[in-house]
Amino acid sequence: MATVEIRNVRKSYGPVEAIKGIDIAIQDGEFLVLLGPSGCGKSTLLRMVAGLEGITGGEIAIGGRVVNHLDPKDRDIAMVFQNYALYPHMTVFDNMAYGLKIRGIPKAEIRARVDKAAEILELGRFLDRRPSQLSGGQRQRVAMGRAIVREPAAFLFDEPLSNLDAKLRTQMRVEIKRLQDRLGITSLYVTHDQVEAMTLADRILVMNHGVAEQIGTPLEVYQRPASLFVAGFIGSPPMNVLDGRIDDRGEAVLVPGGQRLPLPRPRPTDAGRPVKLGIRPEHMAVAAAGFSIEIELVEALGADTVVYGRLPDGETLLVRMAGIPTVRERDRLTVAPQDGALHLFDAVTGRRIE
Amino acid sequence: MQRRVTFDNRLLPYLLLAPQVAVTLVFFIWPAAQAIWQSVHLQDAFGIRSEFVWFENFTHVLGDPNYLDTLKVTIVFSVAVTVLAMGVALLLAVLADSKIKGARAYKTLLIWPYALAPAVAAVLWMFIFNPDIGSFGRALRALGYDWDYRLNGGQALVMVIMAASWKQVSYNFIFFLAGLQAIPRSVIEAASIDGAGPVRRFWTITFPLLSPTTFFLLVVDMVYAFFETFGTIHALTQGGPGKATETLIFRVYQDGVVNNDLGGSSAQSVILMVIVIALTAVQFRFVERKVHYA
Repeated sequence: MATVEIRNVRKSYGPVEAIKGIDIAIQDGEFLVLLGPSGCGKSTLLRMVAGLEGITGGEIAIGGRVVNHLDPKDRDIAMVFQNYALYPHMTVFDNMAYGLKIRGIPKAEIRARVDKAAEILELGRFLDRRPSQLSGGQRQRVAMGRAIVREPAAFLFDEPLSNLDAKLRTQMRVEIKRLQDRLGITSLYVTHDQVEAMTLADRILVMNHGVAEQIGTPLEVYQRPASLFVAGFIGSPPMNVLDGRIDDRGEAVLVPGGQRLPLPRPRPTDAGRPVKLGIRPEHMAVAAAGFSIEIELVEALGADTVVYGRLPDGETLLVRMAGIPTVRERDRLTVAPQDGALHLFDAVTGRRIE
Repeated sequence: MQRRVTFDNRLLPYLLLAPQVAVTLVFFIWPAAQAIWQSVHLQDAFGIRSEFVWFENFTHVLGDPNYLDTLKVTIVFSVAVTVLAMGVALLLAVLADSKIKGARAYKTLLIWPYALAPAVAAVLWMFIFNPDIGSFGRALRALGYDWDYRLNGGQALVMVIMAASWKQVSYNFIFFLAGLQAIPRSVIEAASIDGAGPVRRFWTITFPLLSPTTFFLLVVDMVYAFFETFGTIHALTQGGPGKATETLIFRVYQDGVVNNDLGGSSAQSVILMVIVIALTAVQFRFVERKVHYA
């Protein structure tokens, strides 16, 4: 168990900078999720912690020891790969025991550790099988088992669930959470799935184009997204974003179509400032006055309903309502944001305006 | 799941197979049958009459102490060529698979020797090792080493082994490289995270995963060493000096074509065929068990 510190870490491939200075200190036992779209650099950052990629600039320290120039084998970490990366010519037992054998751990202890891991992961019956004789979910467990028998300083997960079907993914997600709670080992987890991020993380690092857009607890990231990017990436369906302008007295936001949405607190210094206005679909409700939309599409999800409406100026506005649909396509509807549900972002930089 | 290809025309599949079948019949089945027929016959010196002699040719061949010497040379030659050609090819493939500058050019150059006819390759080696005109041969002599493969049987054997191996390295290299590239990078990465250094990674992960390729090449290289090295030996040493580089296949030619003993030569062909079939069977029976097909 250990802390993992990432200090102003950079990665360049020739002239292309893939990671542009990431700073985060991960506490002992913390579960950090690196979340972002494909190509944002999250996997690269994880692989740099693992020692599979060189570090162009900055420092990575595991357990207080700078590991920049250490080989992966000397970093005391375990990694779970997206394609599991099991050794196809070895049995499940040997897959899990491989790292222990290399470290010269006595046979009896290897047996005990593997048996224990197999019991936790319900792999006891499969110890003599080869990976090719296992299902996807079982292989995933073996990959987890191989990581936990090592009792490393940190776990690294590189999109471990993305090769599983939806049902298994949910199941394994819960298991990973349970396992991490039980073992209390510092974990870095890369994913592009916001549900995995929200449910697993103690903190989320949202990455985009090699930059940390926001670091925070799942609820902070949801409730107070630091940028338009984060606002759009977290939450499903995504947040509505409208062009707006703060009125001359700094008391409300004006949006095209003449709507005037009062601000929770006046901000006279920002009077007249153009802004991007964010409203989550689930924070919209049917109201007497507000946005008038024509319903284009109704998605009934069972527990709730997503309504795709069109504003008079042609913009799309999403509204999420509880329960089964009560409206139909081509109906007209007036909706308004709930109190305090406005997010303001700078029109140019996209950063949050507090 | 097996895929089945179906043809609308009943004749078409046979037509498509015909060229391969024809080649096999004309160049393999027919000569092999002839060899077997001739191996139990004795021809007169003018090739006019032949007489059925049961296994006389075989007893004669196997009773000849020279034949056992040839067998010994063949074993040394084949084992050395197979080990050398595979070892060097594997080493080169591992290097080519790692990230190095100019890997493409390097790979292309390594494949070239395979396109060379054995006789041309042999001439090339002669220009290197000939004690009078060969660059390396002259250098050895200049250094005071008594290098002359035309007189020294050991040196001659070493040279034909090198020449024969060199030609097969290209072929092995292509297969080893393809085999290496088929191993998922993440499996190797997982092993390095598990604590294995490069050497241990190679022997515990890469080499076992390469075993189907290695096994295939073992069979192919052995057949190569037994049969296809004739051209190289013929061009370089003609089996000499003495009989130092005379392998079984070369002796078949020597006795049959040069010495006109068609019966004895055919008996040798049949023995050679049996040896190679037996060796291949042994490899499939015992070595293949250790092969892991992913």
